[in-house]
Formats: sequence, structure tokens, C-alpha cells
Amino acid sequence: MSELTENMPKKNPLSLQIDPKRFEPASEDEKAQQDVMHASTSFFRDGMRKLMKNPLAVASIITIVVIILMILIVPKVVPYGYDEIIRVNGSRDKTVTNLAPFQYSEKEQAAIAAGETIFPHIMGTDSLGRDYFVRVVEGAKVSLSVGLFASILVLIIGVIYGSISGYKGGRVDLIMMRIVDIIYSLPDVLIIILLSVVLNQTLDPNNPIVKALGTNMVAIFVVFGLLYWVSMARLVRGEILQIKNNEYILAAQAMGGKSGHIIRTHIIPNCISVIIITTALQIPSAIFTESFLSFMGMGVQAPMPSLGSLANSARQGLQSYPWQLIFPAVLIVLIVLAFNLLGDGLRDAFDPKLRR
Amino acid sequence: MARYIIKRVLLALLSIFIICLITFFTMNAIPGGPFSGEKALSPAVKAALEARYNLDKPLWTQFWLYMRNMLRGNFGISLKTGREISTTLFTCFKVSAKLGGQALIVAIIIGVVLGCIAALYRNKLPDRIIVFLTTLFTAMPSFVFATFLLLVFCIQLKWFPVWDASEKSLLLPVISLAAYPTAYITRLTKTAMLDSLGQDYIRTAKAKGVRQTGVIFKHALRNALIPVITYIGPELAYILTGSLVVENIFTIGGLGQQFVQSINNRDYPMIMATTIFLAVIMVFCNLLSDIAYSIVDPRIKLEA
Amino acid sequence: MVLEQKLENGVEPILKVVDLHTSFSTDKGEVQAVNGLSFNLTPGKTLGIVGESGSGKSVTSYSIMRILEGNGKITGGHVYFNGEDITQYSEKQMAEFRGREISMIFQDPMTSLNPVYTVGNQICEAILLNTKANKEEAKKEAIEMLELVGINDAEKRFKQYPHELSGGMRQRVMIAMALVAKPKILIADEPTTALDVTIQAQILELMMELQKKLNMAIIIVTHDLGVIAQMADEVVVMYGGRICERGTADDIFYRPCHEYTKGLLRSIPNVDNMNEKLIPIEGTPINLLDLPKGCAFCARCTKTMKICMEEVPPELRMPADGHLASCWLNVKEGNYVLDEEVSD
Repeated sequence: MSELTENMPKKNPLSLQIDPKRFEPASEDEKAQQDVMHASTSFFRDGMRKLMKNPLAVASIITIVVIILMILIVPKVVPYGYDEIIRVNGSRDKTVTNLAPFQYSEKEQAAIAAGETIFPHIMGTDSLGRDYFVRVVEGAKVSLSVGLFASILVLIIGVIYGSISGYKGGRVDLIMMRIVDIIYSLPDVLIIILLSVVLNQTLDPNNPIVKALGTNMVAIFVVFGLLYWVSMARLVRGEILQIKNNEYILAAQAMGGKSGHIIRTHIIPNCISVIIITTALQIPSAIFTESFLSFMGMGVQAPMPSLGSLANSARQGLQSYPWQLIFPAVLIVLIVLAFNLLGDGLRDAFDPKLRR
Repeated sequence: MARYIIKRVLLALLSIFIICLITFFTMNAIPGGPFSGEKALSPAVKAALEARYNLDKPLWTQFWLYMRNMLRGNFGISLKTGREISTTLFTCFKVSAKLGGQALIVAIIIGVVLGCIAALYRNKLPDRIIVFLTTLFTAMPSFVFATFLLLVFCIQLKWFPVWDASEKSLLLPVISLAAYPTAYITRLTKTAMLDSLGQDYIRTAKAKGVRQTGVIFKHALRNALIPVITYIGPELAYILTGSLVVENIFTIGGLGQQFVQSINNRDYPMIMATTIFLAVIMVFCNLLSDIAYSIVDPRIKLEA
Repeated sequence: MVLEQKLENGVEPILKVVDLHTSFSTDKGEVQAVNGLSFNLTPGKTLGIVGESGSGKSVTSYSIMRILEGNGKITGGHVYFNGEDITQYSEKQMAEFRGREISMIFQDPMTSLNPVYTVGNQICEAILLNTKANKEEAKKEAIEMLELVGINDAEKRFKQYPHELSGGMRQRVMIAMALVAKPKILIADEPTTALDVTIQAQILELMMELQKKLNMAIIIVTHDLGVIAQMADEVVVMYGGRICERGTADDIFYRPCHEYTKGLLRSIPNVDNMNEKLIPIEGTPINLLDLPKGCAFCARCTKTMKICMEEVPPELRMPADGHLASCWLNVKEGNYVLDEEVSD
């Protein structure tokens, strides 16, 4: 029993001078104050708040914005073209090749001595005497655009395919998902290489699209369109299968809503977060693939630079001009890193269950 | 489980068939036969040659013939070297398999160990270091890392010879190939471990008196390895494609270098054979990891 | 006779929980899941802990076993097992203690068994850990245990994986696994919640049968007053991590002295109110992140007084039957006795 008295309240309630007023019933308001509830926030605002609280995601957004600003501003400010071999006062200069960052060629030094202002070569020049800074920025533009367009392509095909498969269900779903299974098991890079080899020989070089992009780029986009959408399609399908079983879809159907209408107004808004996150994570993966192919010499058509092809051509002079490799390489890593972290941040903020 | 495996094998065979189909027909879409590039041949000689290599037959017949020969291990003859493609493929494959195999093993072992450490020291210093490294390495293409290694260790520090075809120093290529998969497996293991450690059966194990180490290694890790095993297939595909550039950077005479060379040489039979060969390996590895998955996870038996 | 005498009848309690505090650190702050909990458990008896979700009843049982999640910690109080304070045990001592002296079974038998090992493997593991048996003996023992918990065809089940068994069967396996070392106490955390009603009764019966056979004490944690009525000798009613009321099952069911307990009893059907409308407890369970200064139940209580919101009510002995309740209303109405006044 000794244990018990220990358990008992130390203060004997009888010895307390209890004010009878305190035993009066409490008002509803007073009670309500005790009932602490957390304010409800909208899904989007809550997600944005979480995203903005994630320092890595914010840093990534800043990095991406800075790179995009660079792409927009640099060509306007720097007086060299990405495919332009630098001339000093209209004449060629043999010493302008492979300059180190902020170094000037002999003729340029002479011109500076003569009182002219020459825009510095912030990252030096390449082996042909082109300004490397402009080329790297242009390369970043190409790599980023490839990433963006490829992701949009993936987005469109994946969402359409996935939503049809998920919405129709049954046999259609079964067959469509078998096709996805097969495509999923195909080795993508090999097929890109194969296609670019073949398209190099078969495409009409005068076709305006081919002319602008080069056959390899066309091959890359064809393959993205053919192969890369499968994971998006799978995700969207899974999400839709889940949403489809909710009552409000049944209600919409009962009221005679058409399939397309239901998909657009009810289903897509509900799986939008999955779609956005997957797209954000698709961009770095496309940039990865493009730079890999360009590095193998199967990417963009010269003289157009991409970060991968710049890194590739830097290999020849690796011993003497290592910075020619370092600049594009660091930029690739930075871009991919930023998009990866942003994608992760979006996922954590908007759809934690996607976390794997 | 038998049903599951049969299904996977059938799917793999179908994929291989489709790859052969795509490869064969796209390669044949290239204008000009294999003999059009060489010096002008008289029509009679050309016809004789085409008959000799069955090029006069319809495309589908050619395809079946190609498939039949392939099953016998005959991929035809290289346009460039005139040697049997299968011999070249086999020699190169040995080199690549050694490199890829080492990279695979390194990636799995280091990845799983680091992943466990990160999970067990969650939000502490070791975890933060590991997270930093994995984030960095998953953003670094293998060619960037490989050239950096080359730059630092071969050119600046001169620890390894730069252009060395001998197999003595597979160290740098293995590291550069394994970096990305290691980082990925680390992340995968960490999330899987955290997930597994939060499961009810871990609580059960603790409640019945299993020690900390037993809980981690017997109960949590076994379950956490399931996603790692499913990743082995894609990982191998990554290593194979990665070896295309890494072998070139370090001038290792494996399949990757062979493949790039044949592309530059427009050696079409060689390209075709290498593509099919690599694709078959990838599909096969996917199949193996699927089967391994069904062994590790007994629940798979119920599905199919 | 007061509560303790009725229950213990002169026997020293096997488990004494004294002023237990447990909290979880989360991003949003400290969640105080258990706030000063005390009770005793008599050998061979059944204690029921009842409360709604978030009342801290499961956390209490995890705290006793010291198997809280990574961010959870016992922040105060003691747990005495046979007079030894197990909160002071090292992690290693605790691992030996678990499964041997106190075992536990859980709510969801679907997820509580490791999916990648066979049932036999998991039971044998428990036997090898907690007894001196070798592998062969362990297997024999495991099959015997499976038979003991009423699983037919034990040899076959031994080799099966958890997903191949039904929910009820899995819970039987869990019980078999918990009892291999003949523990003194079995803690059952919502053992029947995830099961069909017919299976529920079977599992409860099995537990009572095994309790008699092995002479063990049971702590059953549940929100189901029906289960409590069927099983428990003593009942602890929890709300917001504190005890509202504790007493024998009869005390609690027939003479509740806390507004929360009364509310609970009004909200479920029984013989007396069969033809009346059931009265739910209004409001939502409290937020453990910021507990009210006073009684945890004050925001939902129909008879809240000013003091309820300011001060935690003391645990007082009820004059009618000697059970304990913590409600200011009893103070207001003078409905309590002091221990000094209690005589046999």
C-alpha cells in the first residue's frame, strides 16, 4: 500500500483553499478556446509553403533561374557568336585559339595597347578560336531545350496513353500495359544510337526540321517519343485507377458526363501533382541522355554546341587545356543537380507518398 | 512462382525478338547495300555476291535467315576487318564483362553498406555526408566523372598511365562506371531500410527479444534488399551503356569501344550484331533480377 | 474494500507503473503521448486499457516494452517488474527481457509478421532467443506451440509464409510466438481490431484459455468496451495520455465516476439503453501537441467548470467501491474519501 500513497496526488484536495467560483460551469467560448485545432490550408498553398521551406529546392530554383537568365542575356551582351571565329579588326589571328580564361591573343593585346576595348574571353577560347563562354552558354541552352522539349513530349504522350489505359480499364488496359511492359524492357540508349545511325543515312538533309536540329537530335526526339513516356504512362494509369474508384467519379458518370469531360475536369486535376513531379524529374534524365550521346559524337550537329559535345571536344586537349572540360562538365552537373533537387523538393512538398 | 517465371521468360523472349526486328529492319532501311560503298563492282559480280549473302531474297526471308544464323552463333562477317563478328564480339565481351561485373559488384556492396549506414544514422553526420555524395553522384554523368578521374589521376597526379590498353588498371574505369549505380543503390537502400524499419514486423521482432543487430540485419535488411534486387537489371543496363563512353575514355578494348568504332566505320553488320548482343544481355539481366526478386520476396508467388 | 485489495488480495503486483511520461519529438514540437500514468498489474489477472485513438494507450504498452519509435522517449517515471526498474535496463538487458518475461502481440497480424520468412522460422527464432532449446528442439517446440494455439496441420503451416495464412491464423501465430518462453505478462495491443467479429471471439477465448494454462497476466489495450467487458479484471480508462478512471470492470461499467467514462458508456449500446438513442461524445480527440492546462477532456465535456480548464484533477478514491477517478466534479460534489479514512 505504500506504493499507492506515492501514486496519490501530493496535494490533499481538502487542504486546498478552493474557491467555489472555480466550480462554476464554464461557458461555451471558454471551452472552445481549449479545443485547439490546426487551421486548414489549401493543398497548393501548403505544398508551396513546404517547398519554400526546403533550402535545397529554393537554391535549385535560384540556380535554374540564373542559368536561364544567362542564356537570355549573355548572347546580347557578349559581342561574339557561338560559331564565330574571332577576328581582330577583320583579320584572322592564329594566336586566338585555346586561350585561357581572361587571356587575350597577341593581336588583341596589340589592339588593346592601341586603345581599343576588347570584350574579355571569360572562359577563354576553343581550338578553332571561338569564344568559349558564349559556346558554353549556347550549349547550356541547347541542353536545357532538349531536356524541356523531351519532357513535354513525354508528358503529352505519357498522360494521354496512361489516362486512356487507366480510364478504360479491363482488356484495353491489359493490352496497353503489356505494350508498356515490352517497351520498358527495350534498351533505350542502344535504340537511340541505332536510330541516329540509320536516320543519318535516310533523312532528307534539306528538310527544314532536320536542317535545324540535325539528324541525331531528330533521332533523340523520336526515341523519347517512342520509349521514354512509359514510366509516366504507368504512373498516370496507377493514379487514375485509384481516383476512378472514388464516389465523385461515379456521380459524374451517373449524371451523364462524357469520358473526355470526366478525365479533364475530375481526373487530371487530381493526378496533376504526380504529373508535374515526374516531368520535373524527366528533364534531368533527358539532359543526361542528350549529353551522353553528344559526348559520343552522336548528339547535336556541329557547329551547334551542347554541353556534352563541348566536353567531348575538350578531351583532345585535356592535358593542356583542362578548363575546356571543366566548364561544360560543371554546368551539366549543376543543371542536373538543380533539376533533381527541385524534383525531389516538389515531390516531398506535394506528394510525399511518391517518395521511394 | 513457376507461372511468374514463365511469364517473365516469355516477355524477355518477346523483347529480344522485337529488338532483333527493329534492329534488322532499321539497318536495312539504310540506302545502298553493303557492297555499294566499295569500289565499283560489275553488275554480275555484285549479283553473285548478293546471292552469296542472300541479299537477293525478300527482306523477311533475309530476317529469318539472319535469326537462324544468329541462334547458331553466326553473326556474319565484319565489313571493316573481314573477320567473324562472333569472334570479335566474344573477345570484347570478356573484357567488358570483367569491367562491368566488377563495377556491378562494387556498386551493390558499397551502395548497400552506405545505404544502411545512412538509414541507421538518419539525420546525423554520416547520413548527411552520404546524402551529399549520393546527390552529387546521381547528377554526374559517367563520362564527366571518368574524364575528371582521367584528368586528376592520370594527367595531374600521374598515378596511372594515360592511354594504356593493358588491363592492369581497371581501377579508374570501374570507379567511374560504378559511381552512379552506387549512389543510386545507396539512396534506394536507405529509403528501403527506413521504410522497413518502420514496419510492424520490426516491432514484433523487438518485442520477441531480437537484439538490435538481429533486427537490422535479419529483419530489416532482408526486406530492404528487395528493391535493390529489382534495380540490378536497370543498373546493368546503365553500366553497359556507360561502358560505351568509359571504355572509350580509358581506351579499353571492350564491347563499348568496339560498338563506337563500328558506328564510326559504318560497319553495319557489326553495329547490328553488337546492338542485338547488348540488348540480349540487358534483357537477360532484367530477367535474372526479376527471378531473383521472386525468390527473395515470397509474396510474389500469389501474383502472376 | 478498496480497489487494490480486491485485485491483489495480498499478492504483490508483478508490474508497477509509476508516473510514466512518454513523448515524441516531431517537426511540430513535442507530442506528449503519456502524461503521468500509474497502475499495478496482479499476476494472473487481466488489465484492460481503454481509450480512443490518440489517448496514449498503445504508447503506454510500447513504453513498458521500450519499443517506441526512434523519436519517442520515456521522459519520466518508472516501470517495476518484480520490483526491478526496467526503465533502467541497458538495451541488451532489455532485449533479453522482452519475449522472456513480457511478450506482446499487435493490432494488425497482416503486417506484424515478417513477410519474407516462414511462420516456422519466425517462431523458432523466438524460441532460440528466449529458451535454451537447440534448433531441432525449437522446431518441435514451435509445432507444439502452433498446436497449442489451435492451428490445425501445424507441420504444414510451419513451412508456410505469413501471406498464405488468414488473419485469424496469423494472430494465432503471433500468440504462439509471444508465448514460447512462457512469459509472466502478455501485452495485447488491440489484438482483435483487425479481425472479423467471429474470429475476434475465438482469439479472445484462446487468450483466456492460455492465460489459465500458463498463469500469466494480460494487459489488453483496446478501444472496444465489449472486449474489455469480456476479458478484464481491472480497467484503466485513458484520455489525452492521462488516466481518467481505474477500477474493477464492474466499478467502471456500473458506477462510472468520470464524465469521459460516462460518455463512453452512453455512446455504445447495452442492455439498458437498447431502445434509446445513443449519445456520441461531441468534438474531436485532443491535440497532443498542446495539451490543455487542466483536464484533457475539458473541451468536450458537457459539464466543464472553470477549474477543469486550469488544473489537472487529482486522482480520488470513490466512496462507493474504492475505485479511482480523476474528475473535478467529484471534488465539487464531495464524492470522495481519503485513503486515511479507508478501513477494511
